[in-house]
Amino acid sequence: MKTFRRGGAHPEENKLTNDCSIEVFPLPKQGVVFVSQHLGAPATLIVQKGDRVKTGQLIAKAEQFICANTHSPYTGIISKIDFATDFTGYKKQAVFIEVEEDEWMEGIDTSPDIIRDIKLDSKEIIEKIKEMGIVGLGGAAFPTHIKYMVPQGRTAEFLIINAAECEPYLTSDYRLMSESAEESLIGIQIMKKALGVEKALVGIEENKPVAIHRMTELAKNFTGIEIVPLKTKYPQGAEKQLIYALTKREVPSGKLPIEVGCVVNNIGTAEAIYHAVQKNKPLIENVLTLTGKSVKERKNLLVRVGTPMQSIIDAFGGLPEDTGKVVSGGPMMGKAISDLSAPTVKTTSAILVMSNKESSRKEETNCLRCGKCITVCPMGLEPILIAQLAENRLWEETEKEFAMDCIECGTCLYTCPAGRPLLDMLRLSKNNISELRRKRTQK
Amino acid sequence: MALLTVSGSPHVQSKQTTKSIMWTVVIALLPALLVGVYYFGLPALVVTLSSVFLCVLFEWLIQKYVLKVTPTIKDGSAVITGVLLAFNLPASVPLWILAIGALVAIGVAKMSYGGLGKNPFNPALVGRVFLFISFPSKVAMSDWPLPKALFYSSSVTDAVTGPTPLLAFKNGQAADLFNMFIGNIGGSLGEVSALALIIGGLILLFRKVITWHIPVSFLLSAAAFALVLWLVDPSQYMNPAYHMLAGGMMLGAIFMATDMVTSPITYKGQLVFGCGCGVLTIIFRSFGPMPEGVSFAILIMNAVTPLINKGFKPKPFGY
Repeated sequence: MKTFRRGGAHPEENKLTNDCSIEVFPLPKQGVVFVSQHLGAPATLIVQKGDRVKTGQLIAKAEQFICANTHSPYTGIISKIDFATDFTGYKKQAVFIEVEEDEWMEGIDTSPDIIRDIKLDSKEIIEKIKEMGIVGLGGAAFPTHIKYMVPQGRTAEFLIINAAECEPYLTSDYRLMSESAEESLIGIQIMKKALGVEKALVGIEENKPVAIHRMTELAKNFTGIEIVPLKTKYPQGAEKQLIYALTKREVPSGKLPIEVGCVVNNIGTAEAIYHAVQKNKPLIENVLTLTGKSVKERKNLLVRVGTPMQSIIDAFGGLPEDTGKVVSGGPMMGKAISDLSAPTVKTTSAILVMSNKESSRKEETNCLRCGKCITVCPMGLEPILIAQLAENRLWEETEKEFAMDCIECGTCLYTCPAGRPLLDMLRLSKNNISELRRKRTQK
Repeated sequence: MALLTVSGSPHVQSKQTTKSIMWTVVIALLPALLVGVYYFGLPALVVTLSSVFLCVLFEWLIQKYVLKVTPTIKDGSAVITGVLLAFNLPASVPLWILAIGALVAIGVAKMSYGGLGKNPFNPALVGRVFLFISFPSKVAMSDWPLPKALFYSSSVTDAVTGPTPLLAFKNGQAADLFNMFIGNIGGSLGEVSALALIIGGLILLFRKVITWHIPVSFLLSAAAFALVLWLVDPSQYMNPAYHMLAGGMMLGAIFMATDMVTSPITYKGQLVFGCGCGVLTIIFRSFGPMPEGVSFAILIMNAVTPLINKGFKPKPFGY
């Protein structure tokens, strides 16, 4: 079974929603759509308070290089343009839409018919991906079209599709592959065409046999798509680890996957690209998992971007009594939400409700120097050493110990028997190193 | 609305804690204790319990009254030191000597460095070696308590003494390998039964408290080196099997060298550390004035550990 070279752990899988079919979540009364929902330069707002927008209408335009369009997921009047708290707790500019009905823009194909013919050429596909506001749905929200503009001197050899879904609890990718495998595979063909590569490798953790089977069967109808089962081990879906597992190539430190001839996208992104290119549909909805051990009704839901998380939780029995933490995303890398009025964004993959007992940290003791954090680190770092340097505020030293290579997968903090705040200290180091580097370039 | 906790990811953690590790080690030491009590009688139990009590007491007193911090005796680490110290001593050790050993182990070797996780040397070994060089006649005698099973002895007080297998070899005799395997030999109260110690080691491996790297490299390197010497001159040097089962070899390789605080943090480093322990042990045993060398070998490698950690760093991904 293929896997990454070193480290990793196997947290309790808790895929409680494996058998829940994707259900369409009803439109909220008021949608709150962030103007920028991607990594990079902010998009420029092109609507005003009082405007009436239709579903799928462009509301913020990408005018800079690393930037993405944002579309209205709703039909209704813009009641205000104001700052709203997002799932990370920061306030960001958002468009508040009073939802009236669901009238889609002309030219968007909302029928369930599958369109198999890929009519557009590479350049047109990339333009379409940009136009439809597609961003990486694996979590980073990097504007997807940028990845397909391969820089001079580099060639793409493989398209890597991340369908590992190595985070515990999450099942949205699994359900997508089980229910609309063909759309995903057409999406992958489109991506291959855009890149001009012969081969796509789809990595799926072996704990999803149904998805592996379904995808493998259907992939026979396509050329150059290989479905590769991967060992169930966290963080199998981390970009560099996934590339290594599938190609045995090691992305050099600080470089992008294209350096080793790979372009990586999530399976959810493939599905979004299918809809964008074949159906002319912008990225205004996504599948998320509502889950947690005490949640009354666990679901996989197709949700419009900008739906307040509170309304999703309330629709299925509200917060359980013992709730301690609500996480946007999985338990390993997700963000703890402070304000449930925060709306979903393009990349929201899950709303995970955890009890205090499950989510509170271990009692902290002195470090035992057991070295487990080093053994499990998939990047080959020494988390405890970096943490000790960070406690002494020796930022230059943490840089020499490769703190910037940390991918923040959290396996060290997950594993540490002494409950040391390893990843917290690594993040602190990375922030301070970035600061140092900024100062250095200023000089 | 309910108050929500906000913190950095990850939001779940593994079940293993400092406490669970320490108490697992204590459980893994129990088979050897049972064998010790079986062969050496009640004194073995009394010595072990006293040693545990004294170590925990000293840790508590020092934390509460000297360092003025919240005592952490519940983490079980002082209990382990207590058991290991007793295991390295003969069942006949006088309690006042045991108390000195416990004070050195906890007070000097552990708390003076800052307590759990900060000590460079294995506390129990420091305690043992201190007693060994201070009171050789009480803890490293030429006549050790010999096994005399508690259950069919008329009186436990009339201790029978004789040489340990290592001493016996130096005197030109040899012990039976099977008796050495099950523990029916003279020696420190917890070191005699290779079988019981291996069972304990398997518990540690299974519960993911230790990995195979240190015990295997320790034993293999010792066996390999001993084999070379034995092939050179079988009359002067012990055969490797005898080395494996005699003295503190198993206790050292499985429980003392694997102390995570005082051993290297990477697998590569642990292999180097284990090999160092193995080779040094055979050197001390074969060429030194004393029959046993495990404690010194481990302590020396403890001292080298920071250097090993620097020299055997993992290769970061992408370099």
